[in-house]
Amino acid sequence: MIKKKYASVASAVADIHDGATVMIGGFGASGSPIELIHALIDHGAKDLTVINNNTGNGEVGLAALIGNGQVKKMICSFPKSSQSRVFPKLYQEGLIELELVPQGTLAERIRAAGAGIPAFYTPTTVGTVLAEGKEIRSFDGREYVMEPWLQADFALVKCEMSDAVGNLTYNKTARNFNPLMCMAATTTIVQTRKLVNAGDIDPEHVITPGIFVNRIVEVPQPVHEDILIAQGRSYP
Amino acid sequence: MNTGWNRDQMAARAAQDIPDGSYVNLGIGIPELVAQHVPEGCEFIYHTENGMLGMGPPPAEDERDLDLMNAGKKYVTAMPGAAYFHHADSFSMIRGGHIDVCVLGTMQVAENGDIANWSTGAPGAIPAVGGAMDLVQGVKHIYVITQHTTRKGDPKLVDRCTYPLTGPGVVSRIFTDLAVVDVTPGGFQLVELAPGISFEEVQAKTGASILPLA
Repeated sequence: MIKKKYASVASAVADIHDGATVMIGGFGASGSPIELIHALIDHGAKDLTVINNNTGNGEVGLAALIGNGQVKKMICSFPKSSQSRVFPKLYQEGLIELELVPQGTLAERIRAAGAGIPAFYTPTTVGTVLAEGKEIRSFDGREYVMEPWLQADFALVKCEMSDAVGNLTYNKTARNFNPLMCMAATTTIVQTRKLVNAGDIDPEHVITPGIFVNRIVEVPQPVHEDILIAQGRSYP
Repeated sequence: MNTGWNRDQMAARAAQDIPDGSYVNLGIGIPELVAQHVPEGCEFIYHTENGMLGMGPPPAEDERDLDLMNAGKKYVTAMPGAAYFHHADSFSMIRGGHIDVCVLGTMQVAENGDIANWSTGAPGAIPAVGGAMDLVQGVKHIYVITQHTTRKGDPKLVDRCTYPLTGPGVVSRIFTDLAVVDVTPGGFQLVELAPGISFEEVQAKTGASILPLA
């Protein structure tokens, strides 16, 4: 029997270990699995390497995880935004590491890990400081930079609908990095707004096939980072 | 005295040079204004890096959808015919050469087409690159909209960029408050002067030689 359903976000993240590499879906506020992140804060695993496009906003979600001292390194493309204060402060104090990866390279490194491709060549960063120290190779007269795959122990993902076997659909631009991260982690943990029976999602409409999903938790009314920030909330 | 182009006029001028039917990616700032100045009879389809083609204008505040944002993390709408996709597909469109035109702001652009618009390289600054390096390498035509000089009056069109590059030799056309300038194998080439602006003024405010109108 396929048994992927977990009763709570707490039980779904309970085995995330100190030192784990954790991918967290979302682009800014949209598609960010806030409930799973807050469960990870409650759980307390530390020395984490976290992969996300950004570094969170305000004092909730990813920013709260960083602010709680659980993250030793961020891998992201854009670590600052109008409402990000936690990461910039720790970074400038030398208390957190940063690996800066261009957004398309970040997406493709994650996809490559899921697809079993250890490295690929991209034109992105050729002729810039971000290519320094990396292998450059010429194909058909143009230079490309080699980039390695990006694997993770766990992925925390938010989706709109999941069926019992983990087939997923998303909502609009909340999709972003989530389907890629499902593919790239050893254990993929999904929070879904709606959990339905197998057969209730048309196979033609499945975005992430269930083979990439290990754990499903239903979170029927997920909070949204922008709303929490507008309310002046912090976590814990 | 009315001289030069304002932000909207710069955007409108750039929009005139985008072919009808183009797939277009607009950077943050003045480039965003291009969408408000699409020439009569033209249709552009807008791409946003976080996974949508067919992006529409911002919604009224009470009609916001929290799951519908653009790459600048602003709330947007979807036009009829829009499509959503994940980040790897989105950057395949960029890197794979499927997007026709990208309009970007910049800190510096050089006469050889180098662009520097992601970092001043200042010690202690937090580096943030986003999708800029993917866009400049992948999109077929890279246009720049920028004030001709910084607030301090320093030229932004230069012989060589002093800030860290976003990409080398990628920019084809530049729209400023003073002029339209092409990047050619011979360097900067004047294409058009804004109303009331002389070639001499443009040259004086540019950090490299500009070839005058033929």
